[in-house]
Amino acid sequence: MRKSDPFLLLAAVLLALFGASFVDAAHEIGKAQASLDARAEMVERLGLTDLVLFTEARYTRHPSQADLHSAFQDHPFAMDHFPSGSLLPPPLLKRPRS
Amino acid sequence: MSVWLHKQRNLLDFTLSSLSRRRGKTLGMMAVYTAIVFVLASVMLFAHAIRQEAAVVLAKSPEVLVQRMVAGRHDLIPARHLDAIKAIRGVQSAEGRLWGYLFDPAAVANYTLMVPTNPRIEPGMVVIGDGVVRVRSADPGDLMSFRAHDGTLVQFKVDKAIGRDSALVSADLFLVSEDDFRRLFGIPAGLFTDLAISVRNPREVAKIAEKIDAALPDTRIILRDEILRTYESVFDWREGMLLVLLAGSILAFAIFSWEKASGLSAEERREIGILKAVGWETGDVIRLKMQEGLVVSLSAFLIGYLLAYLHVFHFGAGLFEPVLKGWAVLYPKYRLTPFVDELQVATLFFFTVFPYTIATVVPIWRAAIVDPDTVMR
Repeated sequence: MRKSDPFLLLAAVLLALFGASFVDAAHEIGKAQASLDARAEMVERLGLTDLVLFTEARYTRHPSQADLHSAFQDHPFAMDHFPSGSLLPPPLLKRPRS
Repeated sequence: MSVWLHKQRNLLDFTLSSLSRRRGKTLGMMAVYTAIVFVLASVMLFAHAIRQEAAVVLAKSPEVLVQRMVAGRHDLIPARHLDAIKAIRGVQSAEGRLWGYLFDPAAVANYTLMVPTNPRIEPGMVVIGDGVVRVRSADPGDLMSFRAHDGTLVQFKVDKAIGRDSALVSADLFLVSEDDFRRLFGIPAGLFTDLAISVRNPREVAKIAEKIDAALPDTRIILRDEILRTYESVFDWREGMLLVLLAGSILAFAIFSWEKASGLSAEERREIGILKAVGWETGDVIRLKMQEGLVVSLSAFLIGYLLAYLHVFHFGAGLFEPVLKGWAVLYPKYRLTPFVDELQVATLFFFTVFPYTIATVVPIWRAAIVDPDTVMR
């Protein structure tokens, strides 16, 4: 057996797995379509606006509903004290508003 | 063609022998390289998948939301604003929403209380999200009590739980009836948290928002488009934060690989000299060394990417969880749908495989054009 045989075999397996990852992604998206639709339907039915990522403060639980000051409103001179505040940018509004 | 293939095969044999002579060094390089690709690919796959999921799911969020602002703070909005909004031409429907937060001392967690209109919840009953089920170990039929605004106890019987499948949007939900919501917080009839509006023609949304703004100057308007853009920026920001944290290690790897790829050891120099002395062409020597770079970088890319794919989509992105969780007690348990952006994968391939392979060429070319006798001395 030549030295390159096991390597070529390994490369072929890795390439096949790489291709299979895209097939798997497409298959999983197809499988998840019904549950994605159900989630979207729930969002529509309940009028939900945000994902449940950080539940510790209102501006991290509903960043799209928060105004630009909400991270600093707890008391005078209050700074944003939740660590997740640094993982969330302020809401992106088209029109400059409070 | 077969001659060319045969030659490449021989070159590959020689490349692998050359790499195996420096087994420790090569394996160490491969491990670091694979780890870097794994981390970069994990961040990229995770951010794209969750961004896509947010876009798909939140595309059905309310078209226009109207909040009342008092002294820079969100305040309850009176029902009479509904009449003013319904009078605007192009508004299809407008309804008041009741929602807020409730801190549960037993679980030390915040719930999002909402009053759904479809289906309505019976007074005294509650529908809870998967996160609430987990932190309270609550099952249908269990009772949960909370102190109302006036100190009295309000009791809820768990009607049902929302499945884990939709935890990303519903983990902390606590759905109650309108009567219970008003009793709990002491909100009189005729006041709402905000108003949800739907518009007949989607192209008129901005115009109608302008009209609402003119008719009700004490309000703040949030469009669906803004919600979607907020989430896009949330995940762009977070991807950026993770990459900034990783920047140090990426830079260290770049320096390490550049040093490794572009600097030639005396042993490698001698090897090139011997190859030239036994009759190898300069082009063959360069091809051999490029192949060495390609073997290392391509293997590292494929292994790193495959591990990242498994980590993000089949093992719940466990390495990122501490970064993403923050202080949330009710962080949802969910499995991401594997939305993969092929262009991003191609970009990652280009920026991880090519620089290393190319970096090997310059010093080899420099060593390969020198007289073999000089190189071997």
